[in-house]
Order: sequence, then C-alpha cells, then structure tokens
Amino acid sequence: MWPNKFDYLRAGSVAEALASAADGGKFLAGGHSLLPAMKLRLDSPEQLIDIGRIPELQGISANGALTIGAAATHAEIAASSDVQTMCAALASACGQVGDQAVRNFGTIGGNIAHADPASDPPTVLVACGATVNIQGADGARSVAAQDFFIDLFETALEDGELITSLSLPNCSDCQCAYVKFPHPASRYAIVGVAVCLKMDGGSCAQADVAVGGATMKAVKCAGAEAALTGTTLDDAALSAAAEAVKADIADDLIGDIAYPEAYRQQMAGVFLKRAVAAAQG
Amino acid sequence: MTTRIFGSGIKRREDPRLITGEARYTDDIKLPGVLHMAVVRSPYAHANILSIDSSAAEAMEGVVAVYTSEDIGDGLAGLPTAWLIPDSDLKTPEHPALAKGKVRYVGDGVAIVLADDRYRAQDAADAVVVEYEELPAVIDPEEAAGEGAPLIHDDVEGNIAFTWAPFDEEASNAAFEAADVVVSERILQQRLLPTAMEPRSAMAQYNAATEELTLWCTSQNPHIHRFIISAVTGLNENKVRVIAPEVGGGFGSKIPCYPDEALVSWAAIKLGVPVKWTETRSENYLITIHGRDHVQHVEMAASNDGKILGVRATVYAGMGGYLSTAAPGIPTILHGLLYVGPYTIDSVYCKSIGVMTNGTPTDAYRGAGRPEATFLLERMVDNVAREIGMDPAELRRRNLIPAFEDGHDVAAGLTYDSGDYPAAFEKALDMAGYGDFRRQQKSAEAEGRYLGIGVTAYTEMCGLGPSQVAGAVGFQGGLWESATVRVTPTGKVQALIGASPHGQGSETTLAQIIADELGFPVDDIEVIHGDTTETPMGWGTYGSRTTPVTGAALAQASRKLKDKARALAAHLMEANVDDIEYADGSFSVKGSPDQAQSIQDVALMAHLAWNMPEGMDPGFEESQFYDPPNFVYPFGTHIAIVEVHAETGEIDLQRYIAVDDCGPQINPEIVAGQIHGGVVQGVAQALCEGVVYDDNGQLLTGSMMDYCMPKADMFPNFELGETVTPSPHHPVGVKGVGETGTIASTPTVYNAVLDALAPLGVNQIDMPLTSAKVWSAIQDARS
Repeated sequence: MWPNKFDYLRAGSVAEALASAADGGKFLAGGHSLLPAMKLRLDSPEQLIDIGRIPELQGISANGALTIGAAATHAEIAASSDVQTMCAALASACGQVGDQAVRNFGTIGGNIAHADPASDPPTVLVACGATVNIQGADGARSVAAQDFFIDLFETALEDGELITSLSLPNCSDCQCAYVKFPHPASRYAIVGVAVCLKMDGGSCAQADVAVGGATMKAVKCAGAEAALTGTTLDDAALSAAAEAVKADIADDLIGDIAYPEAYRQQMAGVFLKRAVAAAQG
Repeated sequence: MTTRIFGSGIKRREDPRLITGEARYTDDIKLPGVLHMAVVRSPYAHANILSIDSSAAEAMEGVVAVYTSEDIGDGLAGLPTAWLIPDSDLKTPEHPALAKGKVRYVGDGVAIVLADDRYRAQDAADAVVVEYEELPAVIDPEEAAGEGAPLIHDDVEGNIAFTWAPFDEEASNAAFEAADVVVSERILQQRLLPTAMEPRSAMAQYNAATEELTLWCTSQNPHIHRFIISAVTGLNENKVRVIAPEVGGGFGSKIPCYPDEALVSWAAIKLGVPVKWTETRSENYLITIHGRDHVQHVEMAASNDGKILGVRATVYAGMGGYLSTAAPGIPTILHGLLYVGPYTIDSVYCKSIGVMTNGTPTDAYRGAGRPEATFLLERMVDNVAREIGMDPAELRRRNLIPAFEDGHDVAAGLTYDSGDYPAAFEKALDMAGYGDFRRQQKSAEAEGRYLGIGVTAYTEMCGLGPSQVAGAVGFQGGLWESATVRVTPTGKVQALIGASPHGQGSETTLAQIIADELGFPVDDIEVIHGDTTETPMGWGTYGSRTTPVTGAALAQASRKLKDKARALAAHLMEANVDDIEYADGSFSVKGSPDQAQSIQDVALMAHLAWNMPEGMDPGFEESQFYDPPNFVYPFGTHIAIVEVHAETGEIDLQRYIAVDDCGPQINPEIVAGQIHGGVVQGVAQALCEGVVYDDNGQLLTGSMMDYCMPKADMFPNFELGETVTPSPHHPVGVKGVGETGTIASTPTVYNAVLDALAPLGVNQIDMPLTSAKVWSAIQDARS
C-alpha cells in the first residue's frame, strides 16, 4: 500500500528506454504485476521507466503471421479480430486475465516478463509456438516462448532488455482453445490448458498442448501431443492424453494451500479433455 | 387511499452518496498538521522482545517520534475486555496497546512511528530494528488447551481463559443414556476474516486548553468507544468526543476498541497535534478481529422414530493472543443458549472453553456465536436422519416447536417471543418442490450425477437485548437505546439516535418508522448518528438490534409527539381531545373534516407557543429510552440445491430458497438486501472462506489472492419468501434480520453438498468445501 520512494521516467522510444535502463530501474507498462508488489514492498526499484506509451510497442498486425506489440493490452488482444482469427486461444486467454479493469491496463509484454506461473497467456504462447522479440543495448534477438519461460517469475530476459513484440504463426487453419480452472480466490489459473490441433479429415495431424497454472512455468506436453496425434480424438485417445499430460507436467508441479500439486495434476487431465472439446466446438 | 410508508420498498437514501463517492469516511477527513502513524508489527506469532532500536528511524526525514510501550508507560491503561461472563473462572490477561516484552500474534504492535507523511512513516517503521527471541506458537484452540502447549500469558494457566458450562450435565447424560441413537461429529468452525469494504481508520485531535479529545474512527458503537477511550487515557468521558463518520461496513469487526485507536489518542495528547492511522488491507487481515474459530465435539441423541432428545457439545473457542472487547460472550451466551434452535429438544449441554492462542484475536463476526450453534445443530439433525434412515426434512418437521404467539420457554433457558416455524418450513419446502427434487435426485444419480439438497430450520436471538439480562450475563454495558425526534419549526424532522448504522440502510428504515407514526413525508426526516456529542447515548449497531431497539425508541418518541400534537391540535381547533381524529399526518375534529391541522401546522404552533394549552411546554421534540423486555427471535427455513461434479469436486449452487420471518417488514427491499448479503457471507464460509495459518502462526491467507471472498457469479438468483409473525413485545412488532442469512445459510449449503456426496460414501469434510477437498474426499471414499 505504501511503496518505497522511487523515481519515475516516461520513455518516448525503445532507444530512450534502453538507455535509461542502463542506470538501473524497472520497466513499467500496465503496472498490474509490478505495482502490487511495490505496494507490499516486495519489490522496491529505485526507478520506474514507463514504456507503456512508446509508439513502437503498440498495436497488433496481421501479415501472414501475427505480430503483437508488447504494450498491447489484454483487452485489445481479446477484442482483436486478427487474433481471434489467427490464434483464437490467445484471444480467449487474454479475455480471461483478471477483470476488465486489469485487462484494460495490463499488457502482454508485462505479463510475460513477469512470468507468473498462474497467468493465462504464457500457456497459449507456448502451445502455439510464439516467438518473443527482445531488444537490448547490444541489439535485437528472438526467443521461442518455450525457451523464454525458465522458472517461477524467471525468464530469458537479461537485465536491461525489453520485450518489443510477439510473433505468432497463423493458426487460422487450426482448432485451438484455452480452458482454465480459475482459482476461486484470485481467478488465476489452478490449471490452464491450451491446445492447438491441426485436423486432416477426421484425424488429428498435429497436436500442440501446453499446461500452465499447475506448473512452475507453461510446459509443452509432448506425451499428450503424441497421444492425440494420429487419432480421431475419440474417448480412448482423450483418456490416454489425459494420463499422458499428468506425466508431462510431473516434474514441474506447484500447488498452494488450497489446491495442492496432486489435485492440480489430476485436473490437468480433466481440463485437457475440456480444451480439446472446446477446440473442436 | 395512500400507500403506507411502513412496508414500502423505497430506495435507500444512503445510496446516492455511497454510489457517487460523496460519502465521507474517517480517512477522508483531513486536518492541517496531521501526523501519520505507522505501527511496527511483530513478524512472529510468539516471541520475546529482546531489544528495540529506533535510532535510525528517529533520524529519518519527517519523523517526529518513535514510541514503544516503555515510552507510553502508564499513559495508556490496557484495553479492557467488556464481556465478563460469570461462573466461568474468566481470566482477563493484560492487553497493552503496544506489546510489553512479548508478542502474542503476528501483527501485535511493538512500536509506533509518527511522521509528517504516510510514506515516510512506513519507511521509518521499516527502519526500527527489533530483536526477537522466537517462541513455539500454537494456533489450534484444542491443541492450545492441551498438555505441553506453549503458555501464552503467564496468568492464564493452560491457556484456558474461561470454561462456561451452565447446563445440567447429569440430566444431559441421562437423556443420552436413554436414547436409541447417538450421533457425533467433530466440527471445525474455521476462522473467518470479516473483510469490511472500508478498512479501519482512526484520527485523534487534542485541545490542551480545553482538555478535549476528538477521535474520528471506524466504529459500530461510538458511545462504547468513548467510554473505553476515556478509561484507557484517563480523560473524563465528557471531554472525549468520538465521531464515527461514514463507516463502510463492519460485520462486527468495528465493535471492539483496538490498540490503534488508543495509540492515536495517546500520541495526539502527547504531541499536541492531530494523529491519523489507516490500516492497509494486509494489516486488516492481520490485526482486525477474526471470527468463529471453534473446534466442536458435538453429539445428538434421538429415538429411532425420529424424536430428538438432546444435544451436547464441548467447544474449544480460539480467542487469539488477547481477549478482544466482547470475545468471551460470543462462544458462550450467544452460542450455547441457541442449542435448541426451533426444535422441541428437552436436553442441552454446552461446555465452551475459551482458549488463548497465537492467532489474531477473535470477536463478534456477523451472527457471532449463533451461526456456530445453528451449524452444529443442523449438521447433527442431518446425521440423525441418516442414522435412522429418515428423510431429513421429515425429521425436522416432526421436531419443530408448534406455532406460538406470546412466549415459549425452551430448555436452553430462553423464552422465545413468537414463532410459526412449521409455516415457514412448509412454505420453503413448497417453493423448493422438495418431493420432486428427491425424485430428480434419484434419476440423476442413475446417470452418475450427484445432486443434493440441504434444509435448515432456524431461529435466533437478536435485538440485543434486555439490560437486566446483559448485566446477568456479564456484559459490561446496557443494551437499551435512546433516540430523540426533533421537529423544526418548518416541520422537518431530525431523528438523533445513539446507535451507529454503517451500511444497513437504517437511515431509511428508521425514517419510515417515524413517517408511519407521525405522517411526515419520509423525505423530510433525517436520521443522525455517529457523533457522541450530537447524539444521545446508545450502545451501538450490532446483534441485529438497531431496527428492533432503536426503532422501538423512535416509535415511542414519535407516539409521545403524536399525543402532544393531538392535544395541541384539539386546543387550536377548540375541540375536545377525544374528538380529534388522525389520518395521514392530519388532525381533524370528528364530524368536521374541513377543519384540520397538519402535523406541520402543529409543529410550527408548538414552536411559536403563542397559544398553548395550560401546562403544555413549548417545542416539538421528544426523547425516549427503550430497554427491550426480551430479545426478538426471527426464524425461517432455508433450502439449497447443489450439484457436485465428482470429476473435479466443483460445487454448483443451483438454487437457494430462503423463507424468513422478521415480523412486519418495514422496507422489503432492505430486508431482501440484508438476506442476500447474509446468505452470501454464510455460503462463503461453507464453500470458500477460511483462514489458514502455518505451524509457526504465520497467516497464509493474508490477501484476497489466497483468502477467497465470495463472488457474484458463485450464486444463483436467490428465491426469497416470507411469513409474518409479529413480536408480541415490540411496539411495531419487528425483529432483526441482519444476521439471519449468515446464521442459516452455512449449514444449508454444507448439508446440501454432503447430501449430494452421500451415494459416494463421503460423510464429513471440513469447511470450506473447496473443490480440492471434495475431490480428495471422493477419492478417499472410493479407495
């Protein structure tokens, strides 16, 4: 409620933001992860560099693939017809972050930089093979979402680096969905499952599956993918995938006082089935 | 024909200012030169304080002073416990405003920082270095009362603050021995966080020349706060003014007098400048009282044909680190006396053991003792039904007390005022379609779906209460209320009350009573409360007592005014008083309806006093002290229908039916609002709310990220019904309704869930019924 003293600077460009970051400090975009931590004095940066209005970080564009500016808000992404067409699961996940006020302020870049394990968008980004575009003092680089998330609140971002945008493949010919079991208290994910299915006739040619919420980071689930691929997504395949997904996440499980690891692991199986049903729906 | 204002669901007059943000809360009040207080709080649940070094903090910019208990010395007396229950060997350990040598819960105050800015105060508080020697902590009340538990107060042996057992144990044992069936259960009434929308706040200002202290604070009972602040500061009570401005909810948590209110008062006196403190939500969860916290060992005895013969319980009630203002009365007087409920149970026994723990102090939280009683009773009725193979609704029907209009003595020692429990019960069952539901439930089960129904019949004691009873049960105050109805020369009304509503809509409800009695337009009536200098003495707003007790005082004061108006009108119209007729705010002479005096005309003439009858005083104002002759006993039946999803353990609350009888409803919209809010809070206890501490006494549910507040989308539209049984002893027949929803709803939903789980072999789950716990219970039953 009463943060420590800090300086505030609004950057007009990525270059200015990066130059300012050389003196230390933290980037502030929507502030919906950082400010609560500062209010509780869990984080006390000496300087906040506000990147929320930098023109280069804005906007969503579709040009064969999707490019989403890091400062795009959850509400913008959820409402974007391009995102709805090219990655419906991401639109859905962003539409389930927090409440409307949070979605109006919170940004996708801030969300993934924070890397809350219970957050919704990372699960979809990992499932759908997104790329995180990063700018640092030494130049630009891109990291696959799957490699970007390292651990609880830990990412591949180096000090002073800034996420500029996300790239997503065009998934408009896929059936994709994100389904979430919200924590009754916080509405963060107890477990969230994203699936992206490429169907060939009645058969599943390719399945991408990721699980978040129940895990330290969004986890790509190869076992579940294998159990679905080449099947007609019948009950037997779904049951096999539900079992497989529990094994896929077994090493990465987390829990809390109300929803322990074992429960979340089981629910990942239940919600995988629901995600596949939603994707096909 | 005019519509009677009594019984009309007019909009709450409080709402425009609340909705538009124009309400003025304690923290909104700004005084020049105010210092901000931050409290250095213990990070340990139980520890000795070895040293406190405030030198760095004192040197920081803007810091005026840092004080510890040593600095305060005897400048503040310990905070009193104000409910001294008799015959219980009650111990009242010292509760200093700042810890003396030892801390007893996480959040216990160790030092205060006064600074010119709230941020700087917090910075300096963080810079106070306190060295602790950590001691083993104990949170569970039953464990704290057991062998080998760490001793929390040297003068409270075995951590047992009191043992209250007023009933005849031998008679109870005999009833149990003679019974066909005895069922038992260990019930955990988990700790709850009251979570009023507005956190607590206090600001004090002292005038050294007049020796007057003004304390603005979030209080449900400013007159009690004045009394206690006077006692702890040593100031004369007439030199203390307590103002509760707009107060954003309390649910009991703003009844007690806390250390913080004493500390701002002391610091304002010491420094001669105003001092303000407003808690954060994190502080609110750590230091503002918690509710419930019982470990109950309950038994019920019955005959095979469904006659309930007795109920008995041993209750370990967690008091936390200190005894809060009213704490001892909650798990005793307000709990054990309710063990009969609405049933013809001839034998009750309750042994309630108040136990000091290293948790936050507990005290009254919406329902206060009565939800804990109603839950155990209703849970055991369902257990008996299951044991003897009888439908639980039928078992209740067979044991309900038949209708009575004017007094019914029960085995727990109370005399209920009036009730028609079977009428409310049958109405609720009809609304729910109980018989049809049982058939649907069977067919759903055949499809692998688990539906359940819970039925709660309840009555409760509220409208606290006769002062003679208050004295007999050790409450250190009266429980009457007083009110003044003051009419201005232009015929507008100011009603001054000693109670202190804080969100209930009482300004509207009470104005409706006055309007109904005197015929003033309701919009011409203002209800003024919350300032000990402006308002007459009163004991506060809690225990569903403001409408019953203050409402009675206002009705009677209004009737005095009406008598005066009638006599003056007769005089002015040169008629005999007996020939005066009254209707809709107008006095006329029988047989000459064209000659009339409105209540406003009469008020003006009373003020002018140009032409008064012999012996009549001028002015148009009356006061009334009202001491209720008995409690009031609202009652009803609540029903919940749920579906439990076995795959996830999720609970879908599909229908909620509430039939409540609070006597004649003054404002049905406000009654509905109270029931809605109460039901939500009670259901939340069943389904999602619950404090969790770790073994070291650290609060793990320290924010709403982990402490699950109910959300609107958890609930269906409530289906409300009512019956109307007036209280025979009340001037307008009304009973309280502020707590009924909370009292009835927790067992209703709990029993519905356990009913749904019965085919799966699940018999008991501790609250709250999270999906994870339900799912685990199903797995355990299957394996």
